[in-house]
Amino acid sequence: MKHKRRERWLGFLILLPSIILLGLFVYGFIAWTGIVSLSKWDGVTPDYTFAGLSWYKGLFTAAGGISHRRFVIDLWNTFFFTIFFLLICVVIGLLLAILLDQKVKGEGIFRTIYLFPMSLSFVVTGVVWQWIFAPGIASRPRGLNALFTQIGLENLTWKWYTSTDSIGPFHVALIPVIIAAAWQLIGYTMAMYLAGLRGVPEELREAARVDGATEVQIYRHVVLPLLSPITLSALIVLGHISLKIFDLVYTMTGKGTGFVTDVPGIFMFETTFRGNHYAQGAAISMVMLFMVALVIVPYLRYSLKREVEL
Amino acid sequence: MRRAFNPTRIAIYLLLILFAAVFLLPIYVMLISSLKTFAEVQDLSRMWSLPSTFNIENFRSAWFGIPEKGLRGLGPNLINSVFLTVPATLISSFMGSLNGYILSKWKFRGSDVIFPLMLFGMFIPYQSTLIPLTQTLSAVGLGGTLWGLIIVHVIYGLPITTLIFRNYYAEVPNDLVEAGSIDGAGLLGIYWRIMFPLSLPGFVVVVIWQFTNIWNEFLFAVTILQKPELQPITVALQNLSGSQIKEWNVVMAGALLSALPTLLIYVLLGRFFIRGLLAGSVKG
Repeated sequence: MKHKRRERWLGFLILLPSIILLGLFVYGFIAWTGIVSLSKWDGVTPDYTFAGLSWYKGLFTAAGGISHRRFVIDLWNTFFFTIFFLLICVVIGLLLAILLDQKVKGEGIFRTIYLFPMSLSFVVTGVVWQWIFAPGIASRPRGLNALFTQIGLENLTWKWYTSTDSIGPFHVALIPVIIAAAWQLIGYTMAMYLAGLRGVPEELREAARVDGATEVQIYRHVVLPLLSPITLSALIVLGHISLKIFDLVYTMTGKGTGFVTDVPGIFMFETTFRGNHYAQGAAISMVMLFMVALVIVPYLRYSLKREVEL
Repeated sequence: MRRAFNPTRIAIYLLLILFAAVFLLPIYVMLISSLKTFAEVQDLSRMWSLPSTFNIENFRSAWFGIPEKGLRGLGPNLINSVFLTVPATLISSFMGSLNGYILSKWKFRGSDVIFPLMLFGMFIPYQSTLIPLTQTLSAVGLGGTLWGLIIVHVIYGLPITTLIFRNYYAEVPNDLVEAGSIDGAGLLGIYWRIMFPLSLPGFVVVVIWQFTNIWNEFLFAVTILQKPELQPITVALQNLSGSQIKEWNVVMAGALLSALPTLLIYVLLGRFFIRGLLAGSVKG
């Protein structure tokens, strides 16, 4: 294998364009955004005069006024959105996978139906669910409210994503958005769990059956523990999606009255590209990056280390 | 035969059917609304009822627009999406395949560090690159152009395509590479004669994945392309649904048109779509 040395150099050269491009477009641009977030750039023309942490202070302390209030609401919204979205995706995804794992007829058809929203764009999802959840007015109900009224369930009608009510810091207007997001991504957890269930050796279940375990006990004590790495992967992948969510909310509801459905992604986009507050937008995106990195970096380390050990 | 009357199994099927109905509900709404006339779609008491006519006029309006009402058609934007998605998909898939080959079969010192650093690029919130991105594209004369957006999709597509191909090639026995090099084939010869033909199923997975993602992408497109006539379908659809004149029947027809390509690919090639989906969680 003497001539392999030259070949290895060739390999490096082939990889080099990708390394340079990603180095610049990922790490270079993040550093650049970091610099913008510390600058005075607050208009159409770039201004890189150093401003310290003033934009971050504006977001995190009362000195920021309306921006601060909006950002705090955004962080709460992201928090509740993430928690409920993950919970629904994991619970229903697992339920559907277990149901499909019962040797049912037409499994392929059901699987196709549960998974097809994954092939749609968030924009299409947002447009359709906006129409479904549009509340209308009491005398002219629309969407689900119209359906509820027709079948005599007027009590169930409410203002959906236009509601400005909240339970503590939780804005109930988020509920329709969470449902739309879960509709789109439950199929993902279902597919992950189904692949995991198919990987559980039949002998394991058989052995438990011989020991007198019921089917429910087998799931609780044998199968589910084996699925926990899948839950972790699903939580990370869905979690980072929800931390940076933009398209769906932007299309479906926008920031909402009093920011009831606002998220950092929308705040960043509007303040930067509609309001020309570049430094503020940069600061928001750095906070978003920090939140995502907190989840992703340990996960990348964990899964790649595990791979090396195998 | 006892199985058929087993109440547990009946409950399982009932649940599966119930969920299927909920999952299909938005498609039902899209379909019936897109076939209704404007007068009928305005009648909210009939919102959930089947259309009284089979009216495909809305699809014509969604494609060509209704100039007298100031409604832009989505047709040109759909064509933009094709011109954006096809080259970006092919280039990023091909580069990812070469990268994955090197990172699995020709590891060099440091390649195990470079790989996770590349992967990180697919998880970042792209908001944290948008400001430098628009500045850079304008500086090199690609600001506001479809080519600029194609390049952006190629670059940010590299982590996922590299990952899927690396995992794919890792499964190919090293003996095949050794045999190739004993026969005198070099790094590129082994790729062309052995790995590339072997990886056609891998290409199907990656191409479908990239096509779906780029077709559906919104943030880069809305940030980079300001001119309505250059925008891809996602941005145009968002504009249409956000416009003041809400012709819901036309909006729904437009939503269906824009969803059709990826939906068709999913229905026809779902197997490969799922593989791409599972590969996205790093370990694959």
